[in-house]
Amino acid sequence: MTLNRRSFLASTAAATGALMMPAIARAQDAIRVGTVLDVSGIFDAYGTPMDMAQRLAVQEINDAGGLLDRPVELVSYDTQSDMALYTQYAQRLVRQDNVDVVHGGILSASREAIRQTLRRANTLYFYNVQYEGGVCDRNAFFNGVTPAQQAEVLVPWAMSRSGPRVYILAADYNYGQITARWLQKYIADNDGETVGVDFFPLDVADFGSTIARIQTESPDLVIAPLVGGAHLSFFRQWAAAGMNDRIPLASTTMGVGNEHKVLTPEEGNGMMVAYNYSQELDTPLNNAFKERWVAAYGDTDAIHEIAVSHYMGLHLWAEGVRAAGSVDRDAVIEAMEGGLSVEGPSGVMTIDPQTHHATLDVHLMEVRDQKMEVAESLSQRPPVDTQAVCNLTENPDDNTQYEIEF
Amino acid sequence: MDLAVVILVEVLYAIASLVLISAGLAVVFGMMKVINLAHGEFMVLGGYATITAVGLGVNIFVAMLIIAPLVVGLFGLIVERLVFRHLYGRMIDTMLASWGLSLMMIGAFKMIFGNTTTGVSGPIPGFAVGNYQINGYNFFIIVVSVVLLLAILAVLRGTRAGLVARGAMQRADMASALGHSPDRIYMTTFAIGAALSGLAGAVLAPLVGLVPTAGAAFIAKAFITVIAGGPSLVAGLASAAASFGLVNQFFSFLVSPVVGDVALLVAAVVLLRLMPRGITSRFLRGKL
Amino acid sequence: MRHGTGRETAVIVIAGVVLALVMPLLIDTHVLTLIIAHGLLALSLGLIWGFGGVLCFGQAAFFGLGAYTFAIAGINLGESTVPVILAVLVPAAFALALGAMMFYGRLGDVYLAVITLVVTLILYRWINSTAGPDYVIGSARLGGYNGIPGFPILNVPGRPDLMIWGETLYHVAAATLLIVFVLVTWLLRSSFGRIAVGIRENEERVSLLGFDIRARKTILFAIGAAIAGLAGALYATWAEVVTPSLFSLQQSAEIIIWCIVGGLGTRFGPILGASVLAYLKFSLGQQNLVDNMFVLGLVLVLFVLFLPRGLAPELARGWQRIAGVQRKPARRRRAPKAEAHDG
Repeated sequence: MTLNRRSFLASTAAATGALMMPAIARAQDAIRVGTVLDVSGIFDAYGTPMDMAQRLAVQEINDAGGLLDRPVELVSYDTQSDMALYTQYAQRLVRQDNVDVVHGGILSASREAIRQTLRRANTLYFYNVQYEGGVCDRNAFFNGVTPAQQAEVLVPWAMSRSGPRVYILAADYNYGQITARWLQKYIADNDGETVGVDFFPLDVADFGSTIARIQTESPDLVIAPLVGGAHLSFFRQWAAAGMNDRIPLASTTMGVGNEHKVLTPEEGNGMMVAYNYSQELDTPLNNAFKERWVAAYGDTDAIHEIAVSHYMGLHLWAEGVRAAGSVDRDAVIEAMEGGLSVEGPSGVMTIDPQTHHATLDVHLMEVRDQKMEVAESLSQRPPVDTQAVCNLTENPDDNTQYEIEF
Repeated sequence: MDLAVVILVEVLYAIASLVLISAGLAVVFGMMKVINLAHGEFMVLGGYATITAVGLGVNIFVAMLIIAPLVVGLFGLIVERLVFRHLYGRMIDTMLASWGLSLMMIGAFKMIFGNTTTGVSGPIPGFAVGNYQINGYNFFIIVVSVVLLLAILAVLRGTRAGLVARGAMQRADMASALGHSPDRIYMTTFAIGAALSGLAGAVLAPLVGLVPTAGAAFIAKAFITVIAGGPSLVAGLASAAASFGLVNQFFSFLVSPVVGDVALLVAAVVLLRLMPRGITSRFLRGKL
Repeated sequence: MRHGTGRETAVIVIAGVVLALVMPLLIDTHVLTLIIAHGLLALSLGLIWGFGGVLCFGQAAFFGLGAYTFAIAGINLGESTVPVILAVLVPAAFALALGAMMFYGRLGDVYLAVITLVVTLILYRWINSTAGPDYVIGSARLGGYNGIPGFPILNVPGRPDLMIWGETLYHVAAATLLIVFVLVTWLLRSSFGRIAVGIRENEERVSLLGFDIRARKTILFAIGAAIAGLAGALYATWAEVVTPSLFSLQQSAEIIIWCIVGGLGTRFGPILGASVLAYLKFSLGQQNLVDNMFVLGLVLVLFVLFLPRGLAPELARGWQRIAGVQRKPARRRRAPKAEAHDG
């Protein structure tokens, strides 16, 4: 059924495409990159720096002479932290703006809202944010850390510094749900015990009863994949109850939106995280990146993990276009599948042809005085979680998000 | 035992925050039979006033307890003169105008403060009850709401203005015939209601942080509490807040905060079906 | 009684077809389809509030239920004909149960508003917390905050491979709105419609005349919910995703504003209000100078203060002044109450 529908849509798309030839011919001079990001609303702490990063990346590409001797033009929409706006703007990007590629989406909810729309419209899609893993779609590329890259090392590290009894607090949507299951798996793998799992809708901001509930279980460690501005209250209330001195916290999301700079040092100190990037990475490429950022925006305050991965995603795509010598979807996919790789502020990133995910560096870090201090670096971790379920070389028509069974 | 104390504190805190959230709305509704749907945004305005004042170096308690109520009370006075006084007697229209006002305020917050989460950290440290840690700020909220209820009671019982207000609540026409200008009574009531909303928003801001749209979360709970409370101001507020706070916390502990919220709403539907005029229409009749 | 209804229907159909053909010259059909879905939703509240006197703060609940029913049934059945029918029936059945509880409980106006509001909030909260893998209906995951993407969109009945979208969807939507509009017109001309208006004007008197007010209000409420559900299905096939925000307070608020701005107690008013405001919102969304919530709020306050009857009656009055006042008084004599508010 889906196949019928797709071919029908494809044929109509081709027909309308033929009718709109003059418009496309006019657009030939610039390559159009469409983006959808939450630049306002409760996820703006994630989206605004990503927007800054994409402008910087496009400016760098254009300063270097553009792509295929054509300038790159950004067509970006602010989705205002409203999932319903994602499909609207994605449809507009492919129907009216005729973009050559779409980058963006922050929450997993937004990715799943637009991925099918873009797949149906044959528009290449890049999702550049750390997520729960498992999406298998030849039309899409992913360069964020997934649980096997992040949680697999974070969990044993955090448990070795606290103890085996773990309580999980997760955001109640696909990211939190699936990540919580991965966490439970890794806790069990390391001979630990999950003593409780609670999920919170993204607008919950009062955690009083939860903090009391956690104490009744007296865990050694709390892992909190919480998301967005409202959930930030948890870390405040946790500290206000004096809990931060008693039970250590780890998180797979804290700091991604620079939360560790919004919280006071007392509230944030000691939290354990693992990401692909930290501003404190002392590499020549990162220092050069920060200098370019300062030149564009004045200071480095806004730079965070997913802003950098969004920046890397744009450069990955640009590299794919250069290698393909074309912006055509299939040509770029084939070029990317040739094991394409770029090096940037967060190190080397290589596309894994089998899953369209990225092999990348992961750093174990501890929050200290509003900074993320690197404790241990693990280089070039492949996305083994997605590799276990997804093989696009053998099965290019796959279009599912696989979830871990428990 | 320690756990029982912790749960007791959390339940009291839930009740106290419902009282705080609803007080401003209850005063306006009790006196004028008007539901102010901009109540949530009045609270958010109180929160922003506090955060701005603290940013300017004002002591946080001064900002919460004095500056925020003053700012919001003044704002309430202005909109009452500009909009609501033209609409008295047209209940649905008043509600709609206040809804319009709430949308305008959200839009204005977005333009002025940015569509982002802001907050201040709580000024009171946590402390231990046996093996448990409690957020010290919860006690502050409990104290503020108890003082607030007592103050409303004292004003209604003990002062001449309170007497007039009580009269106007029951028979506005008679109060008017006795020479008390309904226009002035309404104006004062509205401003006081707004000030109370501002106080509530200010006091809750350090706990949950602020976004321009935060008001929506408050207005529904306040609305339900006030309607379920029924005709008596203080008794209605206290009894409805106690019932809902208890139900909410019971299910929050047992299952999760979301189920707690849903249980509160279900309790409201059941309660209104059984007592369509509110709790104090059946129990505690004739109390303030 | 039925005299003149045929001619009125003909006028509506001709005007509707002309509008449907002219509008695409002014506005993109993609946006117009959304405006039509909103217009249908506005009509549903306009019917129960404007003609039945029932102010429902939760019309969005029926809209969301319709959209979710369409999506869930579509995933399970793989086509869209039965899902559309279910998207009408499920909200109607829900409204029947809710309406019976409220109207047989003799709740007052404010209490009615609170109950509908609370029920909407419960639905919103519940649907928002269904992200876990346990929340499944058939083969459809409810998805919680994510909503449900990727369900089958509208297809030609009996031919699941022939999708209706883009330009065609616009024409289907316009035809749907026109048909519902005609049906609502007939309903209001029937004795049921006249008695509903009578109840709005004076509940006690109609009750003393021996009519069962509770049953009639409940049925009208369910009809409004059915139309809202249809609007939900139309929205779902347009947006290709359904999310919990369909049930939100914000959505309910907008519907009420459309009715006020367009004109309560008219059939065309709410649709006009929805069109104007939906288009305004869309255009304001394109710029960053003024927040569009601010403008919507200002519009609402100004209308309540200065134009409480809304746009449609004012436009109708202006039209009568231009076209001469021949027909109106004659009709008004026939049924003063029912016609007085009818634009």
